[in-house]
Amino acid sequence: MIKRVHFPSSPLPYLLVAPQIAITIVFFIWPAGQAMYQSFLIEDAFGFGREFVWFENFEILFEDPLYADVFIRTIFFSVMVAALSMFLSLILAGFADRVVKGATIYRTLLIWPYAVAPVLAGALWVFMFNPSVGIIAYWLDLIGVDWNHFLNGGQAMALIVFAASWKQIAYNFLFYLAAMQAIPKSMIEAAAIDGAGPAKRFWTIIFPLVSPTTFFLLVINIVYAFFDTFGIIHAVTEGGPAGSTVTLVYKVYSDGFIGLDLGGSAAQSVILMAMVIGLTVIQFRYVERRVDY
Amino acid sequence: MVENRPFFDTLTHIILILGVILIAFPIWITFVAATHDLARMSQAPIPIWPGSHFFDNLKLALEGKVVSGVDMLPVWKMMFNSLIMALMIAIGKIIISILSAYAIVYFDFPFRMGFFWMIFITLMLPVEVRILPTFEVVASLGMLNSYLGLTVPLIASATATFMFRQVFLTIPDEMLESARIDGAGPVRFFFDMLLPLSRTNIAALFVILFIYGWNQYMWPLLITTDSSLSTVVVSIKEMLDSAERTPEWNTIMMTALLAMLPPILVIVSMQKLFVKGLTETDK
Repeated sequence: MIKRVHFPSSPLPYLLVAPQIAITIVFFIWPAGQAMYQSFLIEDAFGFGREFVWFENFEILFEDPLYADVFIRTIFFSVMVAALSMFLSLILAGFADRVVKGATIYRTLLIWPYAVAPVLAGALWVFMFNPSVGIIAYWLDLIGVDWNHFLNGGQAMALIVFAASWKQIAYNFLFYLAAMQAIPKSMIEAAAIDGAGPAKRFWTIIFPLVSPTTFFLLVINIVYAFFDTFGIIHAVTEGGPAGSTVTLVYKVYSDGFIGLDLGGSAAQSVILMAMVIGLTVIQFRYVERRVDY
Repeated sequence: MVENRPFFDTLTHIILILGVILIAFPIWITFVAATHDLARMSQAPIPIWPGSHFFDNLKLALEGKVVSGVDMLPVWKMMFNSLIMALMIAIGKIIISILSAYAIVYFDFPFRMGFFWMIFITLMLPVEVRILPTFEVVASLGMLNSYLGLTVPLIASATATFMFRQVFLTIPDEMLESARIDGAGPVRFFFDMLLPLSRTNIAALFVILFIYGWNQYMWPLLITTDSSLSTVVVSIKEMLDSAERTPEWNTIMMTALLAMLPPILVIVSMQKLFVKGLTETDK
């Protein structure tokens, strides 16, 4: 990991790493330590004193049926987003891979949602589904579906799943297309000569060969749905109606900044940190192998 | 294509066009909404074809008259704030990452691996997870409502450092050997050899980080209570809230359009660099 030929020790390398290390300590390691410390404290209702309570905040969380609900809901949300956006991008990439002329045009037209901020994606979808003027809400009304995500929790959840998946299709599509284009054409041709049609070739050759990409994308999509969808939820539902779209990250924000429950919010942060560490380990252990066919 | 199947080829294009429609539809509706006047946008069903008020809405938004009766920062100032934030984050991340990757790959010094692991840890601590204590640190440093508070806490980057480390490791050792024989010191070697050799990587990383910086939401939402610093992405939420009282969707959607325009232009015009940056950083 270090070069065989390198410069001797001197003060210079310390100066080079200093800015990054300073920022890491002040804004990453110190706050993370604070979160851990605060998760052991309970602040009294008037903010006068703090009491060291060991794991009581965690006990309160684990005994709280609401927290369990949020946990399950976050997993459900992540799985739905990953499944929907990965399925659509797999199909689109499969077809785009067949196109000889115009493949780059399709790619250009399919990748731009990546550039749209989550909160803007939320704004776009909430506008289309707005119960009073939204175009899709209007069409749904024509076929007899009464759409109001301000009142209906299931519809609110569906809406954030749509918005979050829509934004992620671009990313998944790019990785699937790259993986498919890396498959040797001779393999596909050999199968075609043996009489396998496009559908059969897709399921018996292409799909198994891109499975490392599928696994990689699964991890990335779950991380995305967990941590990068705050903007979507904040714009579309603000966690409502009646908390039916609150996810783990959203709850850290609302308990900490709106509910001002410092200890509880910190304990949730610590749990989230443990989850990120787990996901990062999975990503590093398995994703390194994703190029091995 | 492998074989001649005219029907299937047509089907391929039909499915891809449907995909493009699905992807583009929300953006199309946003564009259409931004071209009609308030009267037209207040009655359902809203149109799906553009109207003639595009420039009126553009003018209203740029002057800060998005929601009538609410004094808002002109959108061009918000976009300026977003631009400053995006550039500071992207350039800051690139500078500190390339410097630390250089130190870790090209120097032998005590605690080298210790520093490497410290940088690695930042990967596991996204801002969403440590939001409240980080906010407290920034507040106690007096950095609330400033460009520095907005950007510096987001600047440490493990992924960018890893990417530069990867790039440096592929540069042959003979480069350094010959540079040293020619009498180049560490500073000279960095500016005259490493920097030019990693030019495309820097550009690719810049594309990704610019989009990342422009689209920041939760952090600026908390750090900037002073409206003169609000970014265009964050202010959309405030406009949506007001839309429940006065649904001025024409100007709100114009603002949304303006807010997503710069990153979309960056992606479409620098597609090759974007794909390179995306596949190299996410490992």
